[in-house]
Amino acid sequence: MTQAATYTHPATATGLDSWKVGFWTFIGSECLFFGSLISTYMVYKGESLVGPTSHEILNIPLTSISTFVLLTSSLMMVLALAAVQRGSRRGALLWLLLTAWFGSLFLGFQAFEFTQFYHEGLTPQKNLFGASFFVLTGFHGAHVTVGVIWLLTLWVLALRGRLGRADALKVEIAGLYWHFVDVVWIAIFTLVYLIQ
Amino acid sequence: MRTQPRVERAHPGAGTYVMIAVILTVITAAEVAVFYIPALAVALVPILLTLSAGKFTLVVMFYMHLRFDSRIFTGVFVAPLLLALAVILSLIVLFKALPQTGS
Repeated sequence: MTQAATYTHPATATGLDSWKVGFWTFIGSECLFFGSLISTYMVYKGESLVGPTSHEILNIPLTSISTFVLLTSSLMMVLALAAVQRGSRRGALLWLLLTAWFGSLFLGFQAFEFTQFYHEGLTPQKNLFGASFFVLTGFHGAHVTVGVIWLLTLWVLALRGRLGRADALKVEIAGLYWHFVDVVWIAIFTLVYLIQ
Repeated sequence: MRTQPRVERAHPGAGTYVMIAVILTVITAAEVAVFYIPALAVALVPILLTLSAGKFTLVVMFYMHLRFDSRIFTGVFVAPLLLALAVILSLIVLFKALPQTGS
């Protein structure tokens, strides 16, 4: 089953919705932002003079679960968009809340991981691994936090009956942001956690 | 000059989204399995990068709808993505592969 687009935007020079073009451009700039952070991490990899280092401290089973949680949240997000596009208020409320919940769960995993690392002696000041790891994953976590706040804002709009089919673009753009945060984590999980 | 909205292909339904989620979960499980299999240590990096690129592509194509939306969006996303990859590779080569000279 497919859902036909229910939102039609005003005529533009490109024939495309300006909000979507603008948001894709923003996502493009975010690629460069995270690219620079990943570059820094990769360049400093293995250059720490004192421990703890990545292979001594990273918890792969825990991070695998948090990765699964974030991937699942992306599924919830597209289901939320599909619900809004077909005008299902109940569906929108359910899937938006679940997406925000799974995002919050991911943040909980990250907070637990950071706390554990702190107790094991890894801080941003400790060594190059600590500095580049906390900056990269911390900025990603900050993006997830913004996403959760955004989703909860949409959920409140849906709760008040102000998120109908005509507002599907609002959810689609929030979804683009959320999925981008997800794909950044896909890269981080591989480059930071699995390739040590 | 203003033009009328372009007609984009309809987005997939819930069934496709769930199928993509299952594939993403299987690939993630495979990544973790590969990490723990000593016999695959030699080819660990190419295998993981390939699996990761596959996951990345699936999310972007289906969840972010680039497969169904205008190709202009693909261009707006892929151009800076390639630039970011070029920056990452260049810096790795510069700092890791080329000989470092002391001061």
